Amino acid sequence: MSKEYETVIGLEVHVELATKTKIFCGCPTAFGGAPNTHTCPVCTGMPGSLPVLNKQVVEYAMAVGLATNCTITQYCKFDRKNYFYPDNPQNYQISQLYLPICRDGGVEIETPAGKKTIGIHEIHMEEDAGKLIHDEWGDCSLVDYNRSGVPLIEIVSEPDMRSVEEVISYLEKLRMIIQYLGASDCKLNEGSMRADVNLSVREAGAVQFGTRTEMKNLNSFKAIARAIEHEKNRQVDLLMEGKKVVQETRRWDDAKEYSYAMRSKEDAQDYRYFPEPDLVPLVISDAWIAEVKARQPELRTEKMARYKQEYGLPDYDTEIITGSKHLADLFEAAARLCGKPKKVSNWLMGETMRLLKEEEMEPEELKFSPEHLAKLVDLTEAGSINSTVAKEVFEKMFHEDIDPDAYVEEHGLKTVNDEGALRAAIAQVIEENPQSVADYRNGKEKAIGFLVGQTMKAMKGKANPGLVNQILKELL
Amino acid sequence: MPMKEIRNLTALQLAAKIKQKEISVTEAAKAALEQIRETEPALGSFVTVDEAGALKQAETVQKKISSGELASPLAGVPTAIKDNLCTEGLRTTCGSKILGNFVPTYTAEAVRNLQEAGAVILGKTNMDEFAMGSTTETSAFGATKNPWNLSHVPGGSSGGSCAAVAAQECFYALGSDTGGSIRQPSAFCGVTGLKPTYGTVSRYGLVAYGSSLDQIGPVAKDVADCAAILETIASYDKKDSTSLNRADTDFTKALTAGVTGMKIGIPKDYLGEGLDGDVKAAVLAAAKKLEELGAIVEEFDLSLVEYAIPAYYVVACAEASSNLARFDGVKYGYRAGGCEGLHQMYKKSRSEGFGPEVKRRIMLGSFVLSSGYYDAYYLKALRTKALIKKAFDQAFAAYDVILGPAAPTTAPELGKSLSDPLKMYLGDIYTVAVNLAGLPAMTLPCGLDKKGLPIGLQLIGDCFQEKKILQAAYAYEQAREWGLSPVAEHGAEGIHQGKGLLGRAGFSKQIEEQEKKEMESLQKEREVNA
Repeated sequence: MSKEYETVIGLEVHVELATKTKIFCGCPTAFGGAPNTHTCPVCTGMPGSLPVLNKQVVEYAMAVGLATNCTITQYCKFDRKNYFYPDNPQNYQISQLYLPICRDGGVEIETPAGKKTIGIHEIHMEEDAGKLIHDEWGDCSLVDYNRSGVPLIEIVSEPDMRSVEEVISYLEKLRMIIQYLGASDCKLNEGSMRADVNLSVREAGAVQFGTRTEMKNLNSFKAIARAIEHEKNRQVDLLMEGKKVVQETRRWDDAKEYSYAMRSKEDAQDYRYFPEPDLVPLVISDAWIAEVKARQPELRTEKMARYKQEYGLPDYDTEIITGSKHLADLFEAAARLCGKPKKVSNWLMGETMRLLKEEEMEPEELKFSPEHLAKLVDLTEAGSINSTVAKEVFEKMFHEDIDPDAYVEEHGLKTVNDEGALRAAIAQVIEENPQSVADYRNGKEKAIGFLVGQTMKAMKGKANPGLVNQILKELL
Repeated sequence: MPMKEIRNLTALQLAAKIKQKEISVTEAAKAALEQIRETEPALGSFVTVDEAGALKQAETVQKKISSGELASPLAGVPTAIKDNLCTEGLRTTCGSKILGNFVPTYTAEAVRNLQEAGAVILGKTNMDEFAMGSTTETSAFGATKNPWNLSHVPGGSSGGSCAAVAAQECFYALGSDTGGSIRQPSAFCGVTGLKPTYGTVSRYGLVAYGSSLDQIGPVAKDVADCAAILETIASYDKKDSTSLNRADTDFTKALTAGVTGMKIGIPKDYLGEGLDGDVKAAVLAAAKKLEELGAIVEEFDLSLVEYAIPAYYVVACAEASSNLARFDGVKYGYRAGGCEGLHQMYKKSRSEGFGPEVKRRIMLGSFVLSSGYYDAYYLKALRTKALIKKAFDQAFAAYDVILGPAAPTTAPELGKSLSDPLKMYLGDIYTVAVNLAGLPAMTLPCGLDKKGLPIGLQLIGDCFQEKKILQAAYAYEQAREWGLSPVAEHGAEGIHQGKGLLGRAGFSKQIEEQEKKEMESLQKEREVNA
């Protein structure tokens, strides 16, 4: 007699904001860089240094809050979260506990049962920590503070999700909104978006929530799905055995598909939060909110409608292209440059998607520039290269972002439209393939395909296929 | 001009003579360094003396003055900086073993402002460890003595700065004031010190103790010097979010306006139980003098006086417990050897690096912030802080300036205070409320007690009203009947030649070695005590 269990899930999503400089100092946020080169007295916790809030961080946080229907806290403050760890140079993190910048919002997701709103409890701003590097030197650990002070927002949802599908669609929705706002690139694999899963189970129909656990170290949607499935089963098994779920933080190991307990509630740290005395309270005026609202870029639904109207793209195309901000930006820029939106769309829908799938890449990771894509469309449309060559050039462009003009020139890939040269080649082909010629003349229409192929081969693929067909028919 | 006479000048007088080419900057620096050499072994006002650096700066500054590039009223004057203000390339210890080897990579904004005005920095002055103390005895580099009587403390925590000015080792100094750390030692050493309105001087580069209370200010020989120094160090600084953009920092202009019609209030609670008779008499005599000069002086009830000390110690220690977390042996400063693992490194480095008073305050601060106690202590203290500000607001609706003593007694004897920390904390009764309310206040000498130790008069102003207290202080100073400091009256020999505990770095290898030995034995003693 197995009982029915319901899974209750809430998410804490950390998003790294796309500011040029850190949250409390002027150091660059750029990825990479030799260790401890993007640092200053502030982000390395030097004695006497003081934080100064980056206005752009506030505006991004507000923008995300407004786009997720939150109320902006017009008198908000920062607090110190005290804990000792070497990646945290001050041994406290400047975060927000008592008065976070956004509260009480939500986003709508699609579920098989229809639309559903996932509530957002709060969004707060905080600083990222540095990076510890272990083992490389045998018996010591090293700290790199380049990441220390990179701005983050933490989006805390209500426990409104009931399945893996809902979690993924909530995350995708968040990611889309944030990418469209330009507030972050939201790459899970690079850590610019990180999700911690709070999960509990309860008997179907129960009113009280069960005891929850928090799962950390989830680096992809797939890992999140696997971890949720695993944790749900673990908790259900415990309850079926008459045991209790312990409130604890667990760490997911995606390779082993297993999670282990990091710390229980009993040894949870006391963070001794208190208001950050080095920062003055942040007062956000109605005018400022209005300004951020007015600057809000076109979000996905608006974009889809516009693509249909302005470019005449079919629903399917708009759906795919707007599914990634990067793809949409690429599309618009290339379409503007070459003036042929449908052709650009075809490249994105066809070859681009095929190669992304083949390479197991996300659209955000696309390397080629809109300029190059536009050039490729122009080359193809002008008949300067044929479709076979175009695909070859595109693949090169996809991997190395080469300039199609230069590449075609350099490799002599331009379509041969020179009738004299084609006639000579075709004459040669006819002479060498009497059987096929006979077949064609005997009514086997298909035989001409072979002859076209032979001609293309002789011309090293560069012949204009229309012209070849025409001349062949004529000579035959 | 003979060195001794140079040393008798105030900062403004010296700068004027340098400008008139009567004295060179190098001569001025040498005059101070000579005194340091003579008095330091007994006094111990400095943690680090930068003799070579000072002479080099003197040359550069002299060139700039000669070329007309530098025309500040303080250009060329040798100064000393409290050792919790970061100085690029010059060791900054905060009087702690944990920062015993710390050399900052940048200079505090207030110090930079001084340097731009042509200050010659002689070195870094001793202080209570991390500014926690009222005697300058908690320094890991040994106690500073009171120049008036070497068996007494100079007060604290800016005891080094105040003793150095009193003993003419420098012409003025910078201190910091979190709960009276400029005003109380100024009173004990017979010098003039000012704590500005919170936000007037940038805290960037000041190693934080209680961030919401800390403020940098001048320690000087007289009121005019104080005004000129404050004018130089006050600046709006984008690097400090709590920094204020003030248009009214022309403090010197306000000095001579006089006190006619000025309303001065004396809180009755400031004259009550616990106040030494000599101190009370001197303070009331000063009030009388101001009355004679045209001020209207009356006593009034300032409420909540008894709550200032608990509120102060809760807020300051809470902030300190977090501010001092960064000293962990990971990035800079002292790291204990022979540790296994991170946890032990933290524990040992901090246990060995901090002295007992700092540990006490970190523990107190951690306690009041911990879950379950936050509301009862920290939040309540914040509310009290707001109420105290309100009480001052009411007082300043009626009075221009509040007058009172700086401390209940004159300087206590060495070694008498630390044994009873609670009693020591109660000595801050007249100073801490000013920090909780963010007000400006200054102390200046107003007499001597029966033992011949200086008594300080405290003048408190409303926020942004430094000019009013400077005005009252200047008027009183002009009418005051006695000299500036023991050295001004009796020369260097005026300082009782007692036995110095420690020599300070910078003179000779022997002294440095001796210092090292003494520090080690002191640490051992501390460990045994702990």
